[in-house]
Amino acid sequence: MAADPLSRVFSALADPTRRDIVARLATGDATVNELAEPYDVTVQAVSKHLKVLEDAGLVSRSRQAQRRPVHLEADVFDLMTKWIERYRRQAEERYRRLDDLLETLPDDIEPTPPETGAPR
Amino acid sequence: MTIQTHETEIVADPDVPLVRITREFDAPPAKVFRAHTDPDLVVQWLGPRGHGMRIDHYDCRSGGSYRYLHTSDGNEFGFHGSFHEVRPAELIVQTFTFEGAPDGVALERIVFEDLGDGRTRLVSTSLVDSFEDRDAFVASGMEHGVREGYERLDELLAG
Repeated sequence: MAADPLSRVFSALADPTRRDIVARLATGDATVNELAEPYDVTVQAVSKHLKVLEDAGLVSRSRQAQRRPVHLEADVFDLMTKWIERYRRQAEERYRRLDDLLETLPDDIEPTPPETGAPR
Repeated sequence: MTIQTHETEIVADPDVPLVRITREFDAPPAKVFRAHTDPDLVVQWLGPRGHGMRIDHYDCRSGGSYRYLHTSDGNEFGFHGSFHEVRPAELIVQTFTFEGAPDGVALERIVFEDLGDGRTRLVSTSLVDSFEDRDAFVASGMEHGVREGYERLDELLAG
């Protein structure tokens, strides 16, 4: 797995089950058994997902309590999603300007302007 | 990780230092392509919000090159690159360099996918040298730079 924090968080959140686990932990801590309940997978499989989330710094597990509830590290999650969301918003703003521009162009416009000409 | 609210979707690959942006447009590929190749049109949408954009030259054909500047509060930031492969209404492969970091270069691939019914899916992929560069790319424009971001992250992870 890539060493940088952003890549770790990205790959951790690339999986839909792990994204779902994070979403559920956002409402409160839960045990592995509680987290496994709604899925058609084993507790071991959920533990594996949690290990990936833990390695990325997204969740932590209490060592003391018997139940060892899983806790979402919301600050880490927020920081990473803020980076990517800001970047996404910049792209979206750019493409909305492009939307507006495209509306003003005729549908049968040539794909390249006359000055540069079509290559080959 | 993928975030999709309206239409623009961003994916940062965990194995390769690239960022992929996907967006669909209510316009046929020829039209979307024209907006990427005609400098008079490019200048109308490509620049960042709140900055001016000035095109030095923009010769979008295989073997051509481009250079443009973003202006902000009297400062100018230059960007340039080469067009390696340009196929009308299909594909643009180009390089991208920020002149403030002239040794760095991103390889960009823009695919215009015809969805039919006058719609286009635009898939834009930027590949850079290192994960560090990629993350700096994604974090650029943040009020705190990527370094501060990492410092904060270190603190969070340590705490």
